[in-house]
Amino acid sequence: MYQYDTYDQAMVDTRVEEFRDQVRRRLEGHITEDQFKPLRLMNGLYLQLHAYMLRVAVPYGTLSGAQMRMLGDIADKYDRGYGHFTTRQNIQYNWIKLEEAADILADLATVEMHAIQTSGNCIRNTTSDQYAGAAADEIVDPRPYAELIRQWSTFHPEFSFLPRKFKMAVIASDTDRAAMRLHDIGIQIVKSAAGEIGAAFYVGGGMGRTPMIAPCINEFVPIDQMITYSEAALRVYNRHGRRDNKYKARIKILVHELGKDEYTRQVEAEFAHLLTQNIEPPLAELERIKGFFADPAFEVGVPDEVDRSDPDFALWVDNNCVPHKQPGYIAVTISLKPVGGIPGDATGEQIRVMADLAARYSFDELRVTHTQNIVLAHVKKADLYALWQVLDANGLSTPNLDQIGDIIACPGLDYCSLANARSIPIAQKISQRFAGREQEIGELKLKISGCINACGHHHAGHIGILGVDRKGTENYQLSLGGCEGADTSLGQITGPGFDEEGIVDAVQRATDFYLANKQDSERFLDTYRRLGMAPFKEAIYG
Amino acid sequence: MAEVQFRFRDDEPVADPGVTVDAFGDQTNAAAVRLEPGDDARDLLPHLARIKLVEVNFPVFGDGRGYSSARILREAGYTGELRAVGELLVDQLAYMRRCGFDAFAPDSALDPADAKAAFDRYGEVYQPTTDGRAPIWAKRHAGTANG
Amino acid sequence: MKILTGNDLKSGAVVWWDGVQWSLHVEDAVDVGDHADTILARESAARRVNAAYAIEAVRDEHGVRPGHIKERIRALGPTVRPDLTLKPADPEAGNWVI
Repeated sequence: MYQYDTYDQAMVDTRVEEFRDQVRRRLEGHITEDQFKPLRLMNGLYLQLHAYMLRVAVPYGTLSGAQMRMLGDIADKYDRGYGHFTTRQNIQYNWIKLEEAADILADLATVEMHAIQTSGNCIRNTTSDQYAGAAADEIVDPRPYAELIRQWSTFHPEFSFLPRKFKMAVIASDTDRAAMRLHDIGIQIVKSAAGEIGAAFYVGGGMGRTPMIAPCINEFVPIDQMITYSEAALRVYNRHGRRDNKYKARIKILVHELGKDEYTRQVEAEFAHLLTQNIEPPLAELERIKGFFADPAFEVGVPDEVDRSDPDFALWVDNNCVPHKQPGYIAVTISLKPVGGIPGDATGEQIRVMADLAARYSFDELRVTHTQNIVLAHVKKADLYALWQVLDANGLSTPNLDQIGDIIACPGLDYCSLANARSIPIAQKISQRFAGREQEIGELKLKISGCINACGHHHAGHIGILGVDRKGTENYQLSLGGCEGADTSLGQITGPGFDEEGIVDAVQRATDFYLANKQDSERFLDTYRRLGMAPFKEAIYG
Repeated sequence: MAEVQFRFRDDEPVADPGVTVDAFGDQTNAAAVRLEPGDDARDLLPHLARIKLVEVNFPVFGDGRGYSSARILREAGYTGELRAVGELLVDQLAYMRRCGFDAFAPDSALDPADAKAAFDRYGEVYQPTTDGRAPIWAKRHAGTANG
Repeated sequence: MKILTGNDLKSGAVVWWDGVQWSLHVEDAVDVGDHADTILARESAARRVNAAYAIEAVRDEHGVRPGHIKERIRALGPTVRPDLTLKPADPEAGNWVI
């Protein structure tokens, strides 16, 4: 994985001192909270319901064992013994003191980590495919391209006060595991018929109160023009994105209001101009970065079989492991969704256990997924049982990847000052209600947001749940048919909302209806797409 | 008109207040113009030869359109004074400088020590702009082709 | 009654105006009547509190109860982590929120 040189290290070290100085000026009264707020946000520090919250960047979701261990240590040293992995492949801590925030950043900097631009109206952490470098279907590892974007977007002088936040994702396979088309800019690294590598640009996707699927505005930008094209797309947005209404300020609204063709025309004109400005890093820089993402030293001739004699282990292998491009290896997802647990939370101890497992079994590298789980991407099949036993002993072996218990949930009203309703208790009740039935129900992606900002990706859930405030009480809207990935679709609301118990019952009626009506090996989503909303609605509301 | 607190030029400052972009087109003797966030900096490009001062207004610090305006002017070869005016915060100075601003007239005067620290803080930059600073990638590949 | 809440500037802890200073306990909150804006301006300017605001609440036999669930969760702590709330030993504490 990528390693800092002295330049990168100087950047984060300087940032620590800059932030320490910003905090000092706030505490001494030189700047007001209104002035300080965008500064702390651009360093991932929020003021939430109970305390400050710090969001630490995990660029494209990739971590070393030492970085992961530091995340566990920070949880114990500065927080209350746990962290929360997010849908943006980051981690956040819920109980941070402003006085200590700079010290945390200093600790992070010792392992080449930071919290730069994890919030604020700027370019956020670039996300990617959690199986990058391991997936059999990728044309290249997408992470070097994401790293190039990370450096370009870090402290970008022109794009640090955008109309609104800006999220980018980079993938390099036709199977989209990063919800790429639901980003402000989604980039798919592609190969032309002539074998040239390029970037397909999808611009103007997003969730929030106006979910949109990004249209493709350029199917092939030569790879040595990717940064220049990104700069053009951002400049058009910075100049013309709406600033009169924060709910209409995302780039998706600009693309929608201008129309894809006009937006594209403006980007292409800006692109033509910027090509004269020599702002693109040379290919040598991309090659330098790629060097860090070379395949690890896979052993050859190792057994490609897994001993399945332990049934609990076999179930976990079937559910949580996916094929690897290298014979004898497998990619493992560690579920952070135990039955009745808090989705995405892990204790400091669990985080360190995962760090140790990565060091021992997966070339010292981990990934955070946008579904709030952890991936060990390169595990030898011969080591799989030993790995599983350690996971099992630490409450990390829940075999439920992509099933109804593998719920994405935002922190909701238990933690978040923007939320209208709690998300986590709904996730807990649903995972408890369906415990033991996950296999029967099969793949079912259930996603819960506690407000319209949609951090829980409810629009993209096969079953989506949105918490709203109805006259001071929590109420939950149900939607069906959302999907991220190559066949991205947005969920449709079923009808009137439910209370806390009612929403769990409604989910059960929907899944019961599915089980009674599925054909062959249809997933929940397939049955829904075949039958449409009407019969599901009938089943849910009677 | 707020006072210029920081200036990185040696020439004599233009004393005239900038006229609006609309008025500028007709006033062929005007040498100073003021850009509001919604103005298109490219409207000035035909007139760059006679412009000595462009004031770019930041009515609120969170409105970042002025950063693009500044870069567009510099990228087009404008060499006159580019002055940021309005609600400017200490922590924005370095970004503005990188975008081509070489004079700063904040509504409320900034702490000089804090401002100096902000201007000088980052010794390296990731992106090239027209400010002449070599980006980190250029230093990494100094001497190699295309670097 | 009208009460004031905010977060301690340095620690971020949820605090309530008790008439003299900021308390961690909502039971200590006092009715500020028409003085909310004055107190908020003064306390924010003195940097003793951050992001403070006034809310409606009622006083009942259990103490002061904020009118909206958001502030009741602020007063208690996260309902999904009773061990981290202000009442870790009270298994019924979460019900007060709803």
